[in-house]
Amino acid sequence: MAEIIKKTKSLITKHGKERSALIPLLQNVQTEYGYVPKESIDLIAEELSIFPVEVYGVLTFYSQFHLNPPGKHTIRVCQGTACHVMGGKVILDNLSDKLGIEDGETTEDELFSLERVACLGTCGIAPVVAIDEKFYGNVKLNEIDDILNKYRETNEK
Amino acid sequence: MKNKILICVGTSGLSAGANEVADNFLSELKKHKLSDKYKIIKTGDKGLFVDVIVEIIDSKETTYINVKPDDVSKIFNSHIVKNELYKKRLANENYKKFFKDQKRIVLKNCGEIDPEKIDSYLERDGYKALQKTFKMSRAKVLNEVTDSGLKGRGGGGFSTGVKWGFGKKANSDTKYIICNADEGDPGAFMDRSILESDPHAVLEGMIIAGYTIGANNGYIYCRAEYPLAIKRLNIAIDQAKERGFLGNNILGTDFSFNLKIKAGAGAFVCGEETALIASIEGRRGRPKSRPPFPANQGLWEYPTIINNVETLANIRHIIINGSKWFASKGTENSSGTKVFALAGKIKNTGLVEVPMGTTIKELVFGPGGGLSNKRKKFKAVQLGGPSGGCLPESLIDTPIDFESINKTGAIMGSGGMIVMDESTCMVDMAKYFLKFTVAESCGKCVPCRVGLKRMLETLETITDGKGEQEHIEFLKEMSPTINETSLCGLGQTAPNPVLTTLKYFPEEYEEHITDKKCRSKVCESLLEFEVIPEKCTKCGLCFKACPTDALEWKKGEVAYINKDKCIKCKACFEACNFDAII
Repeated sequence: MAEIIKKTKSLITKHGKERSALIPLLQNVQTEYGYVPKESIDLIAEELSIFPVEVYGVLTFYSQFHLNPPGKHTIRVCQGTACHVMGGKVILDNLSDKLGIEDGETTEDELFSLERVACLGTCGIAPVVAIDEKFYGNVKLNEIDDILNKYRETNEK
Repeated sequence: MKNKILICVGTSGLSAGANEVADNFLSELKKHKLSDKYKIIKTGDKGLFVDVIVEIIDSKETTYINVKPDDVSKIFNSHIVKNELYKKRLANENYKKFFKDQKRIVLKNCGEIDPEKIDSYLERDGYKALQKTFKMSRAKVLNEVTDSGLKGRGGGGFSTGVKWGFGKKANSDTKYIICNADEGDPGAFMDRSILESDPHAVLEGMIIAGYTIGANNGYIYCRAEYPLAIKRLNIAIDQAKERGFLGNNILGTDFSFNLKIKAGAGAFVCGEETALIASIEGRRGRPKSRPPFPANQGLWEYPTIINNVETLANIRHIIINGSKWFASKGTENSSGTKVFALAGKIKNTGLVEVPMGTTIKELVFGPGGGLSNKRKKFKAVQLGGPSGGCLPESLIDTPIDFESINKTGAIMGSGGMIVMDESTCMVDMAKYFLKFTVAESCGKCVPCRVGLKRMLETLETITDGKGEQEHIEFLKEMSPTINETSLCGLGQTAPNPVLTTLKYFPEEYEEHITDKKCRSKVCESLLEFEVIPEKCTKCGLCFKACPTDALEWKKGEVAYINKDKCIKCKACFEACNFDAII
């Protein structure tokens, strides 16, 4: 907790206390923790002289922000037009079944979180699944287990 | 001169191992002590998804495609050591045709230069337009842009020159230029590619815009989902500053221009100008009613001009070659070229730049190479993303310019073009886009927030097999109301996908409602798959394709589908070569 306060304070110093610094600041906090902790929200509101509800307002408006800790790996499934036409929805449903979680949730072992995204802009290799920074293109249903297992195995090691 | 090895390292290239390919070439060069003979250049996306693309520019000038990291030593040994082409990965006729049928102006540098090195840009007339601009009066620059007939490439299609004119006229010491790089239309990726492959072209356009209207500060509002684009923009800004193209007293003149990048946070509506401004100011991205227009009262109430990435990338070419040259391309009312993102059920997915006025057919069957699955019939193209519409085969000869496309009920949009064959359901497509706009609606005004939701529910009822005739009437009544009463472009155009599918594919709605059937086999509730024993050749392809245990098959036996386990994913249906699964 004290660590979060300390880190947030240093980030506020870095970005400044202007209102326009709010979104970059929250993005930076999220890069550190994978989500925006409650302690950070309260501190940011106080330092930027705005109400905490305004910070919540911004956090819940933009789909990039999370209020809960994500899993170790974030799986983003593209639901863009090209991916939809190439079967992206079936991929998402299947991943959701296999992991036992819905969009926005994290698995019990905290290994994976699942997110649907509007478009990753890589329509040429649709359907696309991105795990953290790695993009998997032309994904087929029967490849999903292999992809997931790679991350499970690395985790066990 | 040194020979060159060009390697495409864009987002799609990276997913195919482009960095490993480059590393392997580097170590081969070292191993064979040829580092002084060949120079490796890491370029951005070239525009066609056959990654990794490697071009070796020497006496043989050869392109290799689909190169895997393991192929490098073989290509190297054959091409460079033995002086023989490596046939297995040679670019085919299709690849050559894809580029031959285009007219590349904006994409000229994509795949040709190293986006992380300013010298690479300078070698190809980079910042020449800026130098020329400084020798012209502001009024003259404005005239050139206006006379060129350039219209905004982000979707609106408003004259760029007229917009700049408003900005120049606005009376204020502080003005802003914003580059709208919040490319949000699902299915469009030209802005990402331009930013990743040729970031300086966008910067140059912004600096010229700043000079023309008298703005000294600019922002690039880029989607956070494009980390590589943001990284390369940052590098480009630093390098442009170092060389005096950006910052205070640019190139020794009294003009100063400074640039900052703002990363978006995942809200489609922020592509709308007033919402984008709200987001830069650190607020929720909600649109405001206009007037006042941003050109008069924009960012922090100061005059602000917002242009899209592709629009700005066109500017340098207009300044260098003149307005007449630009206006001579394309059609009378839509001049220049347009970049399209071809995707979906098409053979060549990628970025295609053609003169305005090219027909849909010429695009799809020219550079596009036709459908990906020749066994399937062409059904429609979707133009303009969630604000656009689906056009049927009968309109395939429509020329693509702002006026002709608007007449059909679709819009040009930012240039996303998704090709669909008979396996795409039009009712499902309408539902898909509405789901998107419902999720992305900011919630400020009722028609968009509530009206779209009701329309989506109606479509869901239809695809669930519970549709009634009156549902069609309801959709037809709601669409114009939402269009007329929504505050911003998102709501106003959101009914377009429903309207165009109702107009051009009424029979599909009819079938879903009356016959409870989905001819494209997409709408799950209306589907049930089974094997026709007479047609089954017992090959087992369906068994291998099935991701669950629904398909039961043993060698020499007819396959059987267990309906309780079937998830209706169509994998078996697609896999069967004998039409034995229906």
